[in-house]
Order: sequence, then structure tokens, then C-alpha cells
Amino acid sequence: MNGLWDALLGLGDQLAAHVLLSAAAIALGIAVALPLAVWASRSERVARASLAFASLVQTIPALALLALFFPILLSLRAIFGEGLPTLGFLPALLALALYALLPILRNAVTAQANLDPGVIEAAEGVGMSFRQRLLLVEAPLSAPYIMAGIRTAAVWTIGAATLATTIGQKSLGDPIFAGLQTQNWVLVLAGCIASASLALVADTLLGLIERGFRERRRGLWLGGLAAVVLGVGAALFAQFGGGDDEDHIVIGAKGFSEQYILARLIGQRLQAEGFAVEYRDGLGSAVAHSAAASGDIDIYVDYTGTIWTNQMKREDNLPREQMYAEIVEWETENTGISVLGRLGFENAYGLAVRRDRAEAMGLQSIDDLSRVAQQMTIGGDPEFFERPEWIAVRDAYGLRFGELRNFSPTFMYNALQSGEADVIGAYTSDGRIEADDLVILEDPRRAFPNYDAVLVLSPAASRDAALVSALQPLVDAIDVEAMREANLAVDREDNKLSFDAAARLLAERAGL
Amino acid sequence: MNSPGAPALEFRDIAKHYGETSAVGGVSLTIPHGQFVALVGASGSGKSTLLKTVNRLVEPTSGEVLFEGDDVTGLPLPALRRRIGYVFQSIGLFPHMSVAENIAIGPRLAGERLSRQRVGELLELVELEPDMADRMPDELSGGQRQRVGVARALAGDPHLLLMDEPLGALDPVTRDALGERIRGLHRELGLTTIMVTHDMAEALLLAERVLVMDAGAIVADEQPAALVAGKGGEVAQALVAVPRHQSERLAELSR
Repeated sequence: MNGLWDALLGLGDQLAAHVLLSAAAIALGIAVALPLAVWASRSERVARASLAFASLVQTIPALALLALFFPILLSLRAIFGEGLPTLGFLPALLALALYALLPILRNAVTAQANLDPGVIEAAEGVGMSFRQRLLLVEAPLSAPYIMAGIRTAAVWTIGAATLATTIGQKSLGDPIFAGLQTQNWVLVLAGCIASASLALVADTLLGLIERGFRERRRGLWLGGLAAVVLGVGAALFAQFGGGDDEDHIVIGAKGFSEQYILARLIGQRLQAEGFAVEYRDGLGSAVAHSAAASGDIDIYVDYTGTIWTNQMKREDNLPREQMYAEIVEWETENTGISVLGRLGFENAYGLAVRRDRAEAMGLQSIDDLSRVAQQMTIGGDPEFFERPEWIAVRDAYGLRFGELRNFSPTFMYNALQSGEADVIGAYTSDGRIEADDLVILEDPRRAFPNYDAVLVLSPAASRDAALVSALQPLVDAIDVEAMREANLAVDREDNKLSFDAAARLLAERAGL
Repeated sequence: MNSPGAPALEFRDIAKHYGETSAVGGVSLTIPHGQFVALVGASGSGKSTLLKTVNRLVEPTSGEVLFEGDDVTGLPLPALRRRIGYVFQSIGLFPHMSVAENIAIGPRLAGERLSRQRVGELLELVELEPDMADRMPDELSGGQRQRVGVARALAGDPHLLLMDEPLGALDPVTRDALGERIRGLHRELGLTTIMVTHDMAEALLLAERVLVMDAGAIVADEQPAALVAGKGGEVAQALVAVPRHQSERLAELSR
């Protein structure tokens, strides 16, 4: 229980960011929905079209909607210039505001449609202008219904805002995604409790305002409104009150344990050197690379094979040194990203099977596997089967599996143990390969490229000499054993370490 | 505003079509100052439509309406409606405003504040207690609400009072009392009043001139006594037959 308390108390920053994001999204939703509702009440066609659009938006999964704003904003840079952020607050705000639109719009339109026609006739009969009718009659009579819509929108938005973590916006989703990654259920629970409590508090306060409108009790709705403003104000102060955060170094991490640990390792080093740092965790592979190119993040760790196949679209396979040199050159010429150096270990993709199964079936290489693949199930992380590396391996060996299944990276290993998967697309630096006694099948046709971990800097960060020299000692400092040990320390079932503690362990092992 | 010698209201060949159907077909009519006119007819005869062309809740397809000599389409809409009291069946009190706020709404729109005392006077005109001013509409009975509706229509000191089935939703006792009060107000305030009703008895007892409408046209224009005496033609007489039959039956019962 103490762990849960500590986890909850450590969420102040995420809570403030979550409150601000949700409040801004709902405010934007209201600002769009209300004028639209007024227009819709005067035009049947607008009513139908706007409600159909809002309903359509609602059918898009929230996660996909958030992700879609990255390419949309990227293409909008042609109009608004390179300064337009493509990750973090802006796309999260836009996606969530779109999501909040439907309940507010629907309630406002319904409220207008259900106004007593006698009252409208009276408003016209006493000589009210359009504006007077709207302000003196329609608005006060619709207010309780609109408020009910805003309440629904608030609860949805606060829930969906946890997903903003995946596009690099700090939120109460941070502990949930980090906890899911490492099976740290205390973290997941803390994130869920915090966001659910926030939703309940918001619902209660907005409910107070709604009741105040309905019963025409000014004190009630003013009180509720004051409480909401105070809460948002406190969150604003917590986020921005403590001085400027302009020169924060933003460290990105993709959504798996090694990345979280390496981000902390880098962060701890930089903090020791006097830099202020901030983390953007749980980024998708392509998102992380684009974010570094655009300067939304300053530093992250990528892998040579990933850049080779995904960004450079290369299908051939070169020797290690030659590949690295070509990547460095390509990034300089095409994205402005600077590859500072290799960390010293490789985290390749490999196909892993349990040692007992491998021995029983006589599996040593992927060639052996291709003969029996038909009767087997292969598990991979959600990206794996879409990646060019998998397609290259599949085609090189003519692999035809009985079934393909997606798992989160953590659950993948459990699936292998429980027999739900016979083979998994594993990472060679994963501590669980040794811990679970797994065998990585050989790749005699060299279909998987090299996956040396490399330190990647955004164009702006690479011009910061102090930053570069602070990072330089990390180059060639980490061997695969040290990395596996640190990975296992957060991934194992018992006696888990936090990412920060694992990063300190790694620093110690690497002699940093 | 008042052109000397002009009648209170003049309709010149007013027609209103909704697509193919004709609600009012070319009505011409003059109503002098101070007259109490009842506009009677079955549902769909066009009487409400004709009434609403006066304060432009309905815009006629052709023809014009002159209010005290001025073409109503030439007057700014809010100003026109503030000069014409309007009372209708569904009353339409604003549920979020007190009785006093409801009564004061017309002057408020014109930028004037109605004094507490004036609200009290208006309530007394419609036979309500002045201390009702602070009640909300949902605390009133149907009859009280329509009395407030009448007070609201009178708040702007109109010369013309338009009433569209004002008593239609009320119980008979309330109906009778409020009808009498409206007639009294008409006389005391020197109003010109047009009341739309489908109830011929009401028309005969309250108005001094009865217009009968059928299929968008005025088919009879008589004084009540003349109608009772059998004038006005077939449609009018069919409507008069109802209360006549009722009173004969009542007379038989009392024998």
C-alpha cells in the first residue's frame, strides 16, 4: 500500500499537465460547439451535417485520432512554418477537443430543438431581435442541458487524455503506460486512480453548475464555476509558476523498458551537469525519429537497423561499420539529425524460442524453423509484423506461420512461457532471454540488419557544445550484459526496480 | 406616428400561400379605432394567419397591412411589435423570469425600466395581487398565467391588442371571468382589439363586430345582434347554431 501512496504522491506534475490538457480541450470544444449549435438551430442542414461529423469523429478510436494529428500537423508546417509543434500538447489538444465536440453539440442542438415553441413565439411577439432572443431566452433555457453535455465531455476527455502519453504529452497516462510496460501494477493502478478521481471531481463540480442553472440558483453555479477556475488555476501555477522551462532538454523514449532506462540514464547525467530535463516517454518508433528531426525532442536512443530499414527504406544489408557510416551521412544530409555515437551494445530483433522446445524440435537457425513454422504461432509486439525487418526475414526464409499474434512486449514473454506463442520476435538485449532460458535462433542468411544502439540528437541539440560534451562519455560505455541486467531489473516479476533506479544501476555497471 | 383620420388597421388584398396551398386569399378590411373585432372560423380557415400578418409573425405573399396609416413592412420589426400587444393560446411566459420580469420585458428591450409600481398597476388591471410580481410562472395557475400574459401585452401601452385564442386553454369559469376583464380593459384603455376564436358564443358575447372566415376568405361581417337574428349567410349561421341550440336546451331544462 505504501508503494501505491508513493506512486500517487509522485504524480503531481502529471496531474497538473492532465488538468490543463483536459480543461483546454473542453474549452476549445465548447468554443466550437456552441456557435455551431446556434447555427444548427437556424438551419436543419447544418444541424445534420455537424452532428454527423461529430458522430463520425467519435467512431475513430481515441488512440488513432491522437496519432493522426502527427502527420496532419507535419503537413500543416508547409503553411504555418517549422515552428508548429507536431507532438505533445497541440495535437493532443486538437484531438481531444474534437472528441469533446459531440456531447456538447448534441445536447446544445437538442436543447434548442426542445425549446417550448410558445416561448419562442412570445420572444418574437414582444419584439426581440435575434441577439436578444439568443441571450435572454434561448441561452438561459438551454444552459442546464448544455452543461450536462459539457459534463459528459469532461469525463470522456479526462479518460481519453491518458492516451496523450503516446504522442509525447505528459499526462496521467505516463504511469499507466510505463507500468503496463514493466508489469508494475502499482504504477498502473496509481494512474487509473488519479485519472478516475479527477474525472469524478470534475463531474461533481460541473454537476453543481448544471444544478445551479437548472434551479436558477446563482450561488450554486457561481460556486461550482469558481472551484473549476481555481483547480485549473492551481494546475497552471504548478506547471508554469516555477520559472521558465524554455531551456529544458527534452529526452524521448520509445515504449519499452530499455528506452525508459536509457532516457533516465541520459537525464541523470545531464542533471548532474546542471541541465534541466524533461521526458517524453512511450513514443512510437517513427514518431520518435520525426520528433528528433523536428526538434520536438532533443535526444533519444535509436537503433541502426531501425533507421536503416524504416527511415532510409534500405532492403540490402551492409557490414556493421559501413552501415553506421552511411546512416550518419544520410541523417546529416536528409534530416539534420546528428548521430553522436554508438552506446556499445546491440538490441537486434531475433526470433526466440524456449530452450526445451528448441532442443526437442532440433531448432538452431531460422532455416530449421521454416520447416515447422506451419504448425506454430508467432508472437510479436504491435509494431513487429508491420516492420520491414520482419518482412525481409519472412521472405528470406519463406516463413509461413500458422498464426500471427500481437502482444505488448511484456506479455510476449509470458505468452512464450504459457505456450500461447511458440516463437516470438524478441530483442537481443532483453534481460528475459537469459532469465527465461530462451534461445535466439541463428540468422545464417543475415536477413536481420545490425541494431547497434545509437545516441541521436536533434539539429539544435547537436549545436549545443556543452550538451554534446556531457553526452560524449556514454559512447561505447554500455555492453549488452549491463543492459540486459538493467532491463531485467525492471521487467522481472519480483523486486522490480524503478526506471530511475535501474538507470543508476546501469551507470554503475558501465562505470559512468 | 398616428396619421390623422387613418383607421387603426387596414388590410389591402392580403394573401398568404404556403407552396400550393392558400391560407388567406385576398382579404381587404378596415378596422376603425376603438373597435372590438372577433375573427371566427373553423380550424384552418386562415384566421390566425391573417391576424399574424399585422405584427409580421407571418409575412403575406401579397397585399399590404396598414397600421395607423403606416405599411407595417416599412416599420422596424422590434418597434412595430412593441407597439402592438400580442396574447396567444400557449401564453409563452418566459419560465426563467419572474412575473415582474415577464411583464417588463417589452420596455426592457426598448431600454426602459418598468417601475415596481407600474408592474403592480398592470397586475391590478388583470385582477391579480401586486405581490404576485415575484412569483415564477410555474407557481401560477393557467388562468393566472394568461392574466400575466395580458399584462405583458399591455406593458408597452399599445393601441392595438392582437389575441390569438387567448382563452382557448382555460377552464370555463376562468374563461368567462378573463373574457369579461379583457372586454373591460378594451373599453377602459381605449384599445383597438382583434380576437381570433373558434367559439362563436365567445365572439358574440365579447365583440361588437364579428368577422367569419372560411377557406381563407371573410364570408360574413356583422354585428352580433344581426348574426343572432339570422344574417351573415350559411357558414356564419352554422356557427351560430351551436350556441343557439345550447341555450335552447338550457332553457328547456330550466322549465
